[in-house]
Amino acid sequence: MRDFGYQRAHDVPGAVALLGADPDARYLGGGTNLVDLMKTGVERPALLVDVRELPLDGIESTDDGGLRVGATVTNSDLAAHPEVRRRYPALAEAVLAGASGQLRNMATVGGNLLQRTRCGYFTDLSKPCNKRTPGSGCSAVEGEHHNHAILGATAHCVAIHPSDMGVALTAFDAVVTYETVDGPGQSPLAEFYLPVGETPHLETALPPGALITGVTLPPAPVAARSRYRKVRERASYAFAIGSIAGALDVRDGVVREVRVAFGAVASRPWRAREAERVLTGGPATAEAFAAAADAELAAAEPLADNAYKVTLTRNLVVALLTELTEEAAR
Amino acid sequence: MTTTTGPTKVTGAVGAAHTRVEGRDKVTGAARYAGEIPFADLAHGWLVLSTIARGRVTSVEAEPVLAMPGVLTVLHHGNAPRVDVDYQGLLGSPDPVVGVFQHDRVPFAGWPVALVVAETSEQAREAAESLVVHYDQEPHDIAFSAAHPGSYTPEADGMRTQKGDLEAQLAASTHVVDAEYTTPEEHHSPMEPHAATARWDGGRLDVVDSNQGSSWVADELSKVFSLDPGSVRVRSEHVGGAFGSKGLRVHQVLAAMAATVLDRPVRVVLTRRQMFSLVGYRSPTTQRVRLGAEPDGRLRALDHQGLSLSSTIHEFIEPSAGFGRPMYDADAHHTHTRVVRLDVPTPTWMRAPGEAPGSFALECALDELAEKCGVDPIALRLRNEPEVGPVSGLPFSSRNLSGCFEEGARRFGWAERDPRPRVRREGRWLIGTGMAAATFPVLVGPATAGVTAEADGTFTVRIAAADVGTGARTALTLIAADALEVAPERIRVRVADSDFGFAMIAGGSMGTRSWGWAVTAAARELRDKLVPGGDIPAEGITAKADTGALLGTLAQKERHSYGAQFAEVAVDVASGEVRVRRMLGIFAAGRIINPLTARSQLTGGMIWGLSMALHEEAVRDQATGAPVGPDLAGYHVAAHADVPHIEADWVDDPDPDDPVGIKGIGEIGIVGAAAAIANAVWHATGVRHRNLPIRPDRVIEDRATEAGGSGA
Repeated sequence: MRDFGYQRAHDVPGAVALLGADPDARYLGGGTNLVDLMKTGVERPALLVDVRELPLDGIESTDDGGLRVGATVTNSDLAAHPEVRRRYPALAEAVLAGASGQLRNMATVGGNLLQRTRCGYFTDLSKPCNKRTPGSGCSAVEGEHHNHAILGATAHCVAIHPSDMGVALTAFDAVVTYETVDGPGQSPLAEFYLPVGETPHLETALPPGALITGVTLPPAPVAARSRYRKVRERASYAFAIGSIAGALDVRDGVVREVRVAFGAVASRPWRAREAERVLTGGPATAEAFAAAADAELAAAEPLADNAYKVTLTRNLVVALLTELTEEAAR
Repeated sequence: MTTTTGPTKVTGAVGAAHTRVEGRDKVTGAARYAGEIPFADLAHGWLVLSTIARGRVTSVEAEPVLAMPGVLTVLHHGNAPRVDVDYQGLLGSPDPVVGVFQHDRVPFAGWPVALVVAETSEQAREAAESLVVHYDQEPHDIAFSAAHPGSYTPEADGMRTQKGDLEAQLAASTHVVDAEYTTPEEHHSPMEPHAATARWDGGRLDVVDSNQGSSWVADELSKVFSLDPGSVRVRSEHVGGAFGSKGLRVHQVLAAMAATVLDRPVRVVLTRRQMFSLVGYRSPTTQRVRLGAEPDGRLRALDHQGLSLSSTIHEFIEPSAGFGRPMYDADAHHTHTRVVRLDVPTPTWMRAPGEAPGSFALECALDELAEKCGVDPIALRLRNEPEVGPVSGLPFSSRNLSGCFEEGARRFGWAERDPRPRVRREGRWLIGTGMAAATFPVLVGPATAGVTAEADGTFTVRIAAADVGTGARTALTLIAADALEVAPERIRVRVADSDFGFAMIAGGSMGTRSWGWAVTAAARELRDKLVPGGDIPAEGITAKADTGALLGTLAQKERHSYGAQFAEVAVDVASGEVRVRRMLGIFAAGRIINPLTARSQLTGGMIWGLSMALHEEAVRDQATGAPVGPDLAGYHVAAHADVPHIEADWVDDPDPDDPVGIKGIGEIGIVGAAAAIANAVWHATGVRHRNLPIRPDRVIEDRATEAGGSGA
């Protein structure tokens, strides 16, 4: 087997120092994705810095009424937290829609944000993939791509981001905080994932060697009435082929505030700002929801075998926002 | 000590639920599988597979790899010992893939090009993944379609049957269905991967393996290596699933080859990904079904055409068109199986080969015909029940399909069903029910068995049966107990050792029947030998039986098991999700030996049918010719949450010509299950899904939300 180093970090500065800016080192959270990729040879780190024991496993309210979630909080703990369930129910639902109970017990918030695409070409060393081997080509554009991107993709890569959690976080304007050897930094999740462009192997705005320390959710009263819907090809233990996080504040049939984000349509969780813009101040009707979805999806560029995702995403917008409207009326 | 078959006669073991006799060993980890049995001085082989789908190997850069830690040898076409694959085995000629490293041709992606053997499995893998192989690549063709110009009718028996004037009967029919159905490439991928350890022991090749027939694999290995049949011993005590994929495969040949070259024990274990190229799979099919009927549904015409694929190196046929031959009468009855050869691995038997995909097409077509005729789907099938084999004209040994319909309809609540599609809704879900019929041939093969009365009052049964996870060992314990008229606790059954003599494989649903016959015969011989009240010597008293000659006297009949499958589904056409809510299968499948494991085997088949209906699909990359996502993350089988309330039961149907009344239950559970679900999806949505799997993207309807309303 390939040898690799393993170090357990006990504090954040220590972890950052251990990793340094070594491009061949990786932080190890729950290992639910990284270890799989090491087994298949997609990842070949020279050093693993285990960050599971760092004191980043808390979920706390912030002074302004938001929530701060530590990077090593497990998915299970995040989904079960009473404040998450009360203030950001779509986030809890999204986390529970992912993986399996065993995996959620291991997977961490920081690792979830950094998980890699499950594109079948990315995980197969015998086939070209620009994300894995820059410049080798994208096999999916002309190949198997029925669960690939319809938004924001380029000819260089059409892979999708697999996270459910990230979709809800994106809808709620979450901010990623991190630590580097030069000090702390932060990045709104909306800017955290880089555009695909010609460099699909560059995935996030994290500086080299940075360690995610947590995610901050700003206060969002609208999020108290939110939901997550995930569609997949079997009832559990599969990645989404389409998903949506939605939050809606309706009064007197008028949309006061709305949040919508899509999963499984792009290389990142997709905030549907155009749909939100079209809806805000307008009627909360199925027709309006459909029109808003159409406005967002006007930019969609489906491939030969994934045009259904346009229909699916549109139907999910209508179904979820209709549900939230009916709930508000009760 | 004095032993008899008992002063008190004990019978009734057959038919009573019994937990697996090796169950405790399995759940506590005491049961050892082929890949984990320790051997002194064991070396480990790791396979290197071709990355091209057609061409030749121009060079294997072994030198750098040989210098890596622990590496003992690199076997490839340039240095491998010669083997022979030009022979006829129990089931015909072997897939030439087992003739590893005999030439430089590459006929498909995933073809074995080298084996790296090292001191440890990790060293072998590291070296194998570092091995550079150069190819001369040629264009490949992996595009399977009904229109492929290369398709042909194989020369094998039974590829084509024709009774009556098809076109005339179709023309005279009031109602006609003419539809094309497709099923995708599907893989068995049993939980336990293929693994074998081979060593030379006192001039004999000793192989510890995971397979469906130890004497079968031993015989094939002796032919491959041109050895005296008696000089190969194969054992396979525990098997973590097989489903048709565990016969002679490359791993046993490679382990034996490397053990010969290195003169030490060598183990070869396939990875999950390698299994997607090397252990066979179910061919995709395209099928055309034409049915013509009178207004009341009586069939004038039945035409079933099935196309499957095979590799360029071996002809394997998935005989999907044969499903209807024993099932339905028609004035004109035509079936036709064709095959096309592509640059892909050779498919193989996979649970209910032929019947699984064939029943999907024909049983869906019958549902379409029932709709056209306005006849209930069960009534339609009963209207076309044959008196004798519709094609063969032979009498049926027994046929209780109508009993399955009756009991199934009663328990499922079929009588209350509104036949109209798309009229039931619960929130976002459309609800529908469907049914289909099932059949599978009843086969039997020869077997030898030995039964020993031991001095301590117990009995030891020896037979080269295979318990592939079905509970065969337990079933044979119960059969032996009744045959000897003793309690099952006094029976010890030893299986899966080729030294016990030839026994039919665990395949074709004929394992338990074939072995049970031999065990019963041997027990009868033993009872004749035992003197009531007589002494048993220390070595025991043994009787043997070989059913080979006996089976030849079986009369020619249509021998089949039958079943009726029912399913209820919920479909959200806005998201494309299909959820099966409940399934019921009622089977007429001979005498049931162990209701506990039988029910498990039947529901297992039904779950596989559910999986076939909704999930399973292997995708090949047209550019490389290799599978995409070849692992259990990429190849979806039903998860626990997909499996609904599911029930399997049976009606009384003992086989009159079998000493125990057995027919066989290994495969019938999957047959018709996918059709029942597809028919239920039509009943829910009004849309016919003729292509499997019924994926969300195939079900989803545009603007469905406005039309269908909302709600959870």
